[in-house]
Amino acid sequence: MQNAIAPEADEARGCPTMGGPVADKGAAADPSAFVHIEDDNLAHLDLLVRGARCAGCIAKIERGVGGIGGVQSCQFNLSTGKLSVSWPPGQADAGTIARTVADLGYQVSPFDPGEAEEARDKQGRFLLLCMAVAGFAAMNIMLFSVSVWAGFAGEMQASTRTLFHWISALIALPAAAFAGQPFFRSAFASLRKGKANMDVPISLAVFLALGVSVYETITGGADTYFDAALMLLFFLLVGRWLDHGLRGRTRLAAQELLSLQAATANRIEADGSVRAVQAREIVPGDKIILWPGDRSPVDGHVSEGHSDVDMALVSGESDPVFVEDGALVRAGMVNLTQKLVITASAATQDSLLAELTRLVEAGETARGRFVKLADRAAQAYVPIVHSLALLSFIGWLIAGAGVHHAILTAAAVLIITCPCALGLAAPAVQIVAVGRLFKRGILVKAGDALERLAEIDTVLLDKTGTLTLGKPHLLNASDITAAQMEMAAMLARTSRHPLSRAIADLAGPGKVAADAREMPGQGVEGTVDGVRVRLGRADWAGVPEKDAQQSGLWLVIEGQTPVHFIFEDTLRSDAADMVAGLKARGLAVEMLSGDREAPARAAAAQAGIDTVSFALSPHDKITRVEALVKAGKKVLMIGDGLNDAPALAAANVSMSLASAADASQAAADMVLQGATLSPVLIAIDISRAARGRILQNFVFAAGYNVVAVPLAIFGFVTPLFAAIAMSSSSLIVTLNALRPFWGVRRP
Amino acid sequence: MNVLIYLIPAALFLALLGLGAFFWTVKSGQYDDLEGAKWRIFIDDDQDDHIPE
Repeated sequence: MQNAIAPEADEARGCPTMGGPVADKGAAADPSAFVHIEDDNLAHLDLLVRGARCAGCIAKIERGVGGIGGVQSCQFNLSTGKLSVSWPPGQADAGTIARTVADLGYQVSPFDPGEAEEARDKQGRFLLLCMAVAGFAAMNIMLFSVSVWAGFAGEMQASTRTLFHWISALIALPAAAFAGQPFFRSAFASLRKGKANMDVPISLAVFLALGVSVYETITGGADTYFDAALMLLFFLLVGRWLDHGLRGRTRLAAQELLSLQAATANRIEADGSVRAVQAREIVPGDKIILWPGDRSPVDGHVSEGHSDVDMALVSGESDPVFVEDGALVRAGMVNLTQKLVITASAATQDSLLAELTRLVEAGETARGRFVKLADRAAQAYVPIVHSLALLSFIGWLIAGAGVHHAILTAAAVLIITCPCALGLAAPAVQIVAVGRLFKRGILVKAGDALERLAEIDTVLLDKTGTLTLGKPHLLNASDITAAQMEMAAMLARTSRHPLSRAIADLAGPGKVAADAREMPGQGVEGTVDGVRVRLGRADWAGVPEKDAQQSGLWLVIEGQTPVHFIFEDTLRSDAADMVAGLKARGLAVEMLSGDREAPARAAAAQAGIDTVSFALSPHDKITRVEALVKAGKKVLMIGDGLNDAPALAAANVSMSLASAADASQAAADMVLQGATLSPVLIAIDISRAARGRILQNFVFAAGYNVVAVPLAIFGFVTPLFAAIAMSSSSLIVTLNALRPFWGVRRP
Repeated sequence: MNVLIYLIPAALFLALLGLGAFFWTVKSGQYDDLEGAKWRIFIDDDQDDHIPE
C-alpha cells in the first residue's frame, strides 16, 4: 500500500482489494434508524466505512455519495473511517447511501461512537489548545526574560525589569491557569484517592514557581521563574498530546462486535406483513426473515426453509454448515444461500454475540491494568523528588537562611527535577517506533502495546486464516481444462459458498449460467449452451459411486466424465520461517485451533509447532489464554476469526491480520497489513529496541537529575540555568528517540 | 525606552492573533483527520464537477 499514490491507478484496481476481500454487497444493513435531524433542519447520518485507505477511496466515496440526488454535504474522515452525510429531510434515503458505499466495495455500518470515544476526541482537542496556549505564553515570556537576563548586566534599570516581570506575570498566570488544567485536575483527583501520581510534583512545581515569582515581582526582586513554569507545561503537554494520540481505542472492539449484531431485522408481524425493526426490539418467539447475505441478529431456530450458514463466529472455520427446520442459528452468523425464517429463542442481549462482546470487554478491562514503564518510573520518582525539595527547604532554614531564600531554593529543586524528560521519553520513542512499524505494514493501535509486546515469552497462534491463508485453494488446477473451468465458473459465480467463490475468483469475472439455481448443502445447477450442468457434492451431482470422493466439488456435465475439484487450505508461505524465528527469539509457540484434530496436527507439523490444541470453542481459547496469564506468562495471541476476538482481548498483547474479521482487528493491538507473517518478527524486534530506547532515556533523565539536583539544592540554579537545563534535557531525549533503530534488520 | 510602550503591545497583539488563528483551526476540526489531509492533495477536482462541499 506504500505505492498507492496515483488515484487513477487505485480507481482502476479497486482500492479495497489492496486490503482484503470485497464486502458482501448484500450485507449493507439499512441504517435508517440512525438518521437524526439536527438544528440546521437537515437529516444527518454517520456511517463507519471500512477498507478505505487512500486518495482514490476518499474521492470515490465522496463523489459516489455526493452524487446521490438530494445529498447536501458529505465528508469522509480517513483517520476514523467516519462518513458524515446530510440532506434535507425526505430528499434522500439512508438505505440508498449505505448501498452506494457498499457497491463501491467498502464495508459500511452505522457509526455509533459511544460516549467514551467522544470524550476522548474532546480531550484530544483540549490538549491541543492547552499546548498552544502554553507555547504562546512560554515564547512571549521568554521575550521578556531574555531581555532581562541580557540587559540587566548593562543598562536596564530596576524599574524596567519590574515592568517586564509584571507583563510576564500578566501573561503567565492566566495561561498557566488554562494550560495547567490537565495536570491540576489529575493531581487533585489522585491526591483525593490518597495517592501521588506524576502530576502532583508537576502541579506543585508550577504553583510554587508561579507563587515565588509573583512574590519576587511585587517586592521588586531579581529572579522570576515565569518562563520556566510555562516552558515546563509546554514540554509536558507535547508529551501528553503525543501519548493521547497513541492511547488505545479501548472499547472499540466490543462496539465492533455489537455493530455485527445487525442493526435492523425484518420481523414478520402478526398480520403477516414484514416490518424492519431495530434488532434490540426483538423478543423470543418473534419470527425473522434472513435473506441471503443477512446476519442473524439473535439466537434462534430455523422454522422455515433450508440454507447454508457461515458459522465462523463459533468455530473460526469458513466451511458453511447446512441448516434446516429446527436447527440452531446463533447471532452473528451469516445466511449464505436461501431465504430462511427463524424463530428467535433469545433477545439480542442474551445472544451469543452479546456474550462474546462481554468477554471482549472483560479482557480489555483486564489489559487496562497494565502499568506503563513511565508510570512505573514515576512511582519511584515522586517520593524522592518531594523529600529532596523538603530537605533543601529545611536544610537552608537550619543553615540560617531566611524563609524566603529557603522557599526559593525548594522551588528551584522542584522545577529542575520536574519530569519533562520522563514525560517526553516514552511517547516520543513510541511515536517513532509506531511510524516505523507502519511503514513495514504493521498498524499499532496502542502505544503501550509496544511495551507489552517487548515483554512476551509465549506466542499463541490460531490456525485457519492465521497460519494458513484461510481460503480454499484449488490443488489440481492442472487437471482441469479451460473449458471445464469456465463452465464451473459460470455456475460458481452465482453462489456465496466459499468453494464456489474460490473457483469464481480463479476464473475472474465473466458470464453466469442461465437459470442457475443453488441447492443449499448440495450445489449449483444450471444450463450452459443448452446442456444441464451441476457443480456440487458427489452424491448430489450424480457421480458414479465407485470414484465418489466426498471432499471437494464435482462438476458434472451431461454426457461427459465428472471432473473433480480438490481444495486445500495452504499454509502462508513464511509460516514455518516465522515459527522458527519466534523460537530463535526464545519464545514458546503454541497453536490453538477450532478445527478438527487431523488438519490441526498436520498444519502444526508443517509449521514446526509442537504444542497443539484443537476443536476449541471461543471459550476454550480464553480459558487457555487465561491459564497461561495466571501462570505468570506474558502471552502474545495472533488470530483472525470472530471466535478469536475474546482471546485476543484476553491476551497480554495481540495481533490480527488485514484479512481478519473486523471485530478481531478491533480487539487486537496490532494489525498486519500484508499477507505474510514475517512482520510479526519485525514488530517484536522493534518493540524490544523501543523498550531499550525508553530505558536509555530514563537513564539519561536520571543522570541529568544527579547533576542538576545538587546544584539546585545548594542554590546555584538561576532562572537562566533552569531554562537552559530544562529545554536541553527535553531536546536530548527527543533527539535520542528520533535516532534510527540500529540492529533491526530490514525485511 | 519610550518605544517599548508601542512595541510590547504590538508584539503581544501579533502573538495573540496567531494564538487566535490556531484556536480557530482546532475548533473548525482541521486536526480531526490528519490521515486524510495528506491524501486529499492527490484528488483531481477537475476530473469530476460534482464534489459536494
